Amino acid sequence: MTAATDKPHLTRAHALELLKQMIRIRRFEEECAQLYSQEKIRGFLHLYDGEEAVAVGVIPVLEKRDRIVATYREHGHALVRGVPMNKILAEEYGKQEGCSRGRGGSMHLFDHEHNFHGGNAIVGGGLPMAVGLALAEKMQGNDVVTVCFFGEGAVAEGEFHESMNLAALWELPLLFVCENNRYAMGTALARSESETDIQRKAACYKLAAEAIDGMDVVAVEAAARRAVQAVRETGKPYFLECRTYRLRAHSMFDAQLYREKSEVEAWRHKGPIVRFQTWLEETKMIHPDDVKTIEAAVESEIEEAVAFAEAGTWEPVEELTRFVYAEKNA
Amino acid sequence: MQQVATKSKAVEMTYREAVKQAIRDAIKRDQRVFLMGEDVGRYGGCYAVSNGLLDEFGPDRIRDTPLSESGFTGAGIGAAMAGMRPIVEVMTVNFSLLALDQIMNTAATVRHMSGNQFGVPVVIRMATGAGRQLAAQHSHSLEGWYAHIPGIKVLAPATLEDARGMLWTALEDPDPVLIFENVMLYNMTGQIAADAGPVDIDEAAVRRTGCDISLITYGGSLWKTLDAAKELAGEGIEAEVIDLRTLRPLDDATIMASVAKTRRAVIVDEGWRSGSLAAEIGMRIVEQAFWELDAPLGRVCSEEVPIPYARHLEQASIPQAAKIVAAAKAALGRG
Repeated sequence: MTAATDKPHLTRAHALELLKQMIRIRRFEEECAQLYSQEKIRGFLHLYDGEEAVAVGVIPVLEKRDRIVATYREHGHALVRGVPMNKILAEEYGKQEGCSRGRGGSMHLFDHEHNFHGGNAIVGGGLPMAVGLALAEKMQGNDVVTVCFFGEGAVAEGEFHESMNLAALWELPLLFVCENNRYAMGTALARSESETDIQRKAACYKLAAEAIDGMDVVAVEAAARRAVQAVRETGKPYFLECRTYRLRAHSMFDAQLYREKSEVEAWRHKGPIVRFQTWLEETKMIHPDDVKTIEAAVESEIEEAVAFAEAGTWEPVEELTRFVYAEKNA
Repeated sequence: MQQVATKSKAVEMTYREAVKQAIRDAIKRDQRVFLMGEDVGRYGGCYAVSNGLLDEFGPDRIRDTPLSESGFTGAGIGAAMAGMRPIVEVMTVNFSLLALDQIMNTAATVRHMSGNQFGVPVVIRMATGAGRQLAAQHSHSLEGWYAHIPGIKVLAPATLEDARGMLWTALEDPDPVLIFENVMLYNMTGQIAADAGPVDIDEAAVRRTGCDISLITYGGSLWKTLDAAKELAGEGIEAEVIDLRTLRPLDDATIMASVAKTRRAVIVDEGWRSGSLAAEIGMRIVEQAFWELDAPLGRVCSEEVPIPYARHLEQASIPQAAKIVAAAKAALGRG
């Protein structure tokens, strides 16, 4: 794990919380995959398996007033931010009790109460929006940090470069978190980028930029603390490249012809949960029973979410064309 | 209607000045309003609309941007979601295609996709239309495309009053509003009430009354259509001229009331004919007023070519008064 000097003080309670959040995301998504095969969930479903340390390391560092822009692989971000699991799963079912009333689905989880500005399903599309959110907060003199998550695939988009430049040029309080999971759908990083050291691209725009081990939740949290503090103190943007790995298919339709099973298996052993849990057990910070307790709590939360989603209702078709525009006197 | 009766005296003004006054007024009225776009500040605006505003309001509220249409349009969208009221200026409609992802996939979708939790009260202004010999990458009229998109509103101010008054109303709207300013109108001079202010953005306007045929148009084509109506009057044909003003949502009621009276209609639209706004309006008339019609509908649109540079070809490619007169006469069986 990370050298002790880089770590925030890791109490047993904090370690258990980090582990719990990662297990919570993992188990929830395993349930989603099951529900997908039962056709309870349809459309595209993108799982975060292997990348949990990023959301769990970054998001709890934020204040309630801070803003988050995420991608279509955002179940974990929404969960860690505090969007209720019930409402997330109901959204995946397409029920009107979902966090986006069933109009967004898995790729478009939104929650105004938690300043969660959505899953965006256009690769790179969330970056300019994040620039604008940060610009507005700066112009209004608010102490708010906007965090924008995106994958390394977005780095090839023009919107990435435009946003890096605008954020640095205008000195905006914005934390960019690149979740470099090494594959843009089926295209390996080296097949799509001439420069594969992504944080260097951000550094070219004069952002403070660093790359960290995105499979190490403690390292991610330590870096996120540094980064968020720097953004708050300087008002300037910061770029964190979290090097991670997607252990599952891109979406449920992906046959994974582009990588060897052995490669995935090797990464499976380096996954953020197994790695953190093993380390905690080896250092005797936790007992095996602690994990059982976490898993039991998570299972019961998931059971409740499934019951909630199952009991959810379909929005009447008569309401189809609502919310295209604001409703007067709404 | 959009022109509130006023006792104040009239002043002479260009369309450009009317837009500038609207921007200045909005920035003064509301701390949340700011203008951003390429060359809006030090250069004074590609079409000189914002000339002088940087000195008056400073670089935060008259914000020059890099040539990053998607980036700064998206930034306007984000800023609107976080409490500001940005006016994003895109130099010309052709360049707006570089920002189409943000306009279409974000601004137009967020309210619906978020189940009504987030809105995008941004205003995006851009120049549109041909006539300045700027050729095929600066001259198109794509407002009809934008009018296809649910979730945004599309305005086309043709008069000084609308150039002066639509912006504030658009800024007060909780949803994204696109304003298309025809490039040939910026130098247009006319009389306007000194205290002209906000106007509605819901209704079409009857700019000339007549009983023989309805000529339905908007934006830069309004004035050509009024010229055509004058010529038709010389031949004893009284045309009613409808200025749509708002291209989305369309004011069907005003269109149908006019057609019910005149029983004939020609639509004038600087967009290309195929899949045009004119096609949409014609179909709505057929759906809603078919039995009122005494003649087939007609339309005058742009020819199906990228707008060429040479003046005679450029002029031949867009609607002109003579074509409108011919189409009206054809509808009256006097072709």
